[in-house]
Amino acid sequence: MNVTTSAVRTAMRIDLQLIADMIEPASRVLDVGCGDGALLDYLVNLKGVDGRGIELGSDGVNACVSAGLSVIQGDAETDLFDYPDGAFDYVVLSQTLQAMRAPKTTLEQLMRIGRRAIVSIPNFAYWPHRWRLLVDGQMPMSTALPYRWFETPNIHLCSIRDFVALCDALDIAIECGHVLDRRGASRPLGRWLMRANLFGQQAVVLLRQNGERAGAGT
Amino acid sequence: MKEPGGAAASAAVEASEAAFETTARRVILGHERSLRLDCGIGLRDFPLAYQTYGRLNAERSNAILVCHALTGDQYAASLHPRTGKSGWWDIMIGPGKPLDTERYFIVCSNVLGGCMGSAGPSEIDPATGELWSLSFPVITIADMVRAQAMLLDHLGIDQLFAVIGGSMGGMQVLEWASLFPERVFAAIPVATAAHHSAQNIAFHEVGRQAIMADPDWMGGEYWRHGRRPHRGLAVARMAAHITYLSEGKLHQKFGRRLQDRTVVTYGFDADFQVESYLRHQGISFVERFDANAYLYITRAMDYFDMAARHGGVLANAFRDTPVRFCVLSFTSDWLYPTAQSRRIVHALNAVAANVSFAEIVSDAGHDAFLVDEPEFHRVLRGFLTGAAQHRGLPMGGRK
Repeated sequence: MNVTTSAVRTAMRIDLQLIADMIEPASRVLDVGCGDGALLDYLVNLKGVDGRGIELGSDGVNACVSAGLSVIQGDAETDLFDYPDGAFDYVVLSQTLQAMRAPKTTLEQLMRIGRRAIVSIPNFAYWPHRWRLLVDGQMPMSTALPYRWFETPNIHLCSIRDFVALCDALDIAIECGHVLDRRGASRPLGRWLMRANLFGQQAVVLLRQNGERAGAGT
Repeated sequence: MKEPGGAAASAAVEASEAAFETTARRVILGHERSLRLDCGIGLRDFPLAYQTYGRLNAERSNAILVCHALTGDQYAASLHPRTGKSGWWDIMIGPGKPLDTERYFIVCSNVLGGCMGSAGPSEIDPATGELWSLSFPVITIADMVRAQAMLLDHLGIDQLFAVIGGSMGGMQVLEWASLFPERVFAAIPVATAAHHSAQNIAFHEVGRQAIMADPDWMGGEYWRHGRRPHRGLAVARMAAHITYLSEGKLHQKFGRRLQDRTVVTYGFDADFQVESYLRHQGISFVERFDANAYLYITRAMDYFDMAARHGGVLANAFRDTPVRFCVLSFTSDWLYPTAQSRRIVHALNAVAANVSFAEIVSDAGHDAFLVDEPEFHRVLRGFLTGAAQHRGLPMGGRK
């Protein structure tokens, strides 16, 4: 494996690029489930970010540490509790929430340890998913949901609408959001949620906790 | 922080031009200011023996302190004067190796309480002119680290680029980060723990009892009587050696195979290869190690409990730490299992420290940090390279 700097990396996954664009330079970032460190590497080397990562898989961890990234082997479901309140400017959780045993608790932890959180999720209500269930009567599969039902790690799938409803329930504001279609083209999440919920294959959202901490970190 | 006299000594260290320069030295420390030990005693004019590899750069910013384990010494990458064997971390230290002597200046000192030239029970007490033996004060891991800090003052090194060590060496690394955070840029505790567990203490107690049960130990005054508790020390080593290997490794190495025979002898000879191997480990160990030093150093490890000194909260030992950590453990290490490393990582996370942590897959047991584990070396090399970038050390070569 190469020592990876973003200069030698090939193009980053489109959703990771969207996430990277939401992050202010020189901020403190925790990437939860950072995989092989593509996003962290970009943020550290091109945006001067103080970046940390947690990754469950040892191959990913070893690749990250070998590339000089500050990454720990750990389980987000248990290890997020360790961090102090507001330890990071941004906590990133990309394409992982749906695979967690306790997504609501995890989301609360993200909002506790980060002033902002950036979350991306696959949209279960994406119209081809609905089509497959309605017409074929089979569990949806797509590039965003590539697993067959008996081998999927995704145990808590939701739609964009479901996710927005959870944010409302937890008093979390969506500062901005993007919806990606099958070709990777992105549009702002905007107000037309029903449309996004039908045509978006995945969503990337920037979150901020409302309440007493709101506005404290601008 | 720097003590007078440091400049001259470090100039001597830099004097040689060899690519893989190594110097063996012994300094007398604590002349102007004694070393205040945890037990309350002040140690004055005590020797510390050390070895260096590579060259200190002009900015004095490329020094890596290597902390050795219980039975290690300063001969990390050079021939051992007593055994004639190559250094215990030869595989790690040298040109192009993870601790690259082309880039870094490696310092390794014999710990306080050791028996390879540093002050310890087998050395002369300058106050009496006699061997210390059991009148040597009981020392702690923190005492070892404070003595090393005095050595760095002597060498004129204000800040280490890194401090690294496995096992007891890892405990010293943790103490370094806790006691002198401003003097450490990166800390790499390997296969270690932030406290000694009941099981750890229990194994050590077996070793100590074996030594003290040897009639040749003579209440610790064996040197005076011209004797040495070889049998006790060998048994201590044999028991400890089992804890350094994994069950799988022992099985793979020896299984139930017999030693130079086809059937068991119905006696108590070393019928099995594993017995013969352990006996050999014990016998060769006593040639290079002092029994009293074994008592002192195992005691220092048993007393080690970082959280206890910080209100029972390990994280308090690292509050606001500027140090970059890389914690490494091995899957088959049951002496200092990964759970212990994870405890350290959790404490570091609790203070939002900059920490990397990897558990390396290995079947070599606790000894994995000493042997050829390519993944360990790759991860370590990558971490050091990243840290060197952040520290602003020149990339590649030493210029």
